[in-house]
Amino acid sequence: MSSATTSSPPASPGIPASATQHKPHGPNPVYLVFGCTVFAGFAQVLMKYGALHPMPAIHPADLSSILRFVIALLGNWPLLLGYSLHACNAFLLIMALRHGELSVLFPIYALSYIWVDLLSLYFFHEHMNVWKSAGIILVMGGVALLGRVSTKV
Amino acid sequence: MKTPISSILLVLLASFISSFGAVFLKLGSAHLSRGIRGALNWQLAAGLGLFLGSSIPFVMGLKHGELSVLYPMVSFSYLWAMVWSKIFFHEHVTRAKVGALAMILAGIVCIGVGGR
Repeated sequence: MSSATTSSPPASPGIPASATQHKPHGPNPVYLVFGCTVFAGFAQVLMKYGALHPMPAIHPADLSSILRFVIALLGNWPLLLGYSLHACNAFLLIMALRHGELSVLFPIYALSYIWVDLLSLYFFHEHMNVWKSAGIILVMGGVALLGRVSTKV
Repeated sequence: MKTPISSILLVLLASFISSFGAVFLKLGSAHLSRGIRGALNWQLAAGLGLFLGSSIPFVMGLKHGELSVLYPMVSFSYLWAMVWSKIFFHEHVTRAKVGALAMILAGIVCIGVGGR
């Protein structure tokens, strides 16, 4: 990590001006991040299903156990689909960051917490309570505020 | 289960790493106008790598702590990212943005508490 912090382009000579000064065209970056959080929510649910999928143990000295694990991994379609959705979500995030402000778009990603909560009600029969409801309202309020700010950029 | 300070520090480290992942994705996204060749740039690779890498200290932290305490802490990455966006991209950090971020962080803490 230290290399990332020290060698990161902190400085700005290396930062292309286009990173901050793109004229917005194409889809609104806020909507792109919104779509991205929906993908992230479904990806989390699928990865939870994938984690529940029985997987054989790996014994490093035993090649056949590694082979069995790889075959089981390829058959763990919820996990693979979850990773694929995460890839789609990364793609949308990159496309959004191209034309939007990081300080606005990245916190909007918190919407994924809401989708995970709501999807868990349906898929894992988890219960809603006052704290979760209050949290959802607060996150939605914060994201709505950021959405308003972004239109003024 | 009580959450040890070492777990909290590991998760905060994860949030720090993923905030840099966002910075590098933003840097890399600026090259996308150059087509496929533009998409293959080290900043995008570093951004994705940092996002993936951030899951290592997160999982290490989760081993000995409570998910409902630790999961909301990942959202500190939004706070770091706001600081980096000011330093590296000269974005304006307005009161509205800070207020919105405070609401989001408070909301995520509530969701974490509700998940206990």
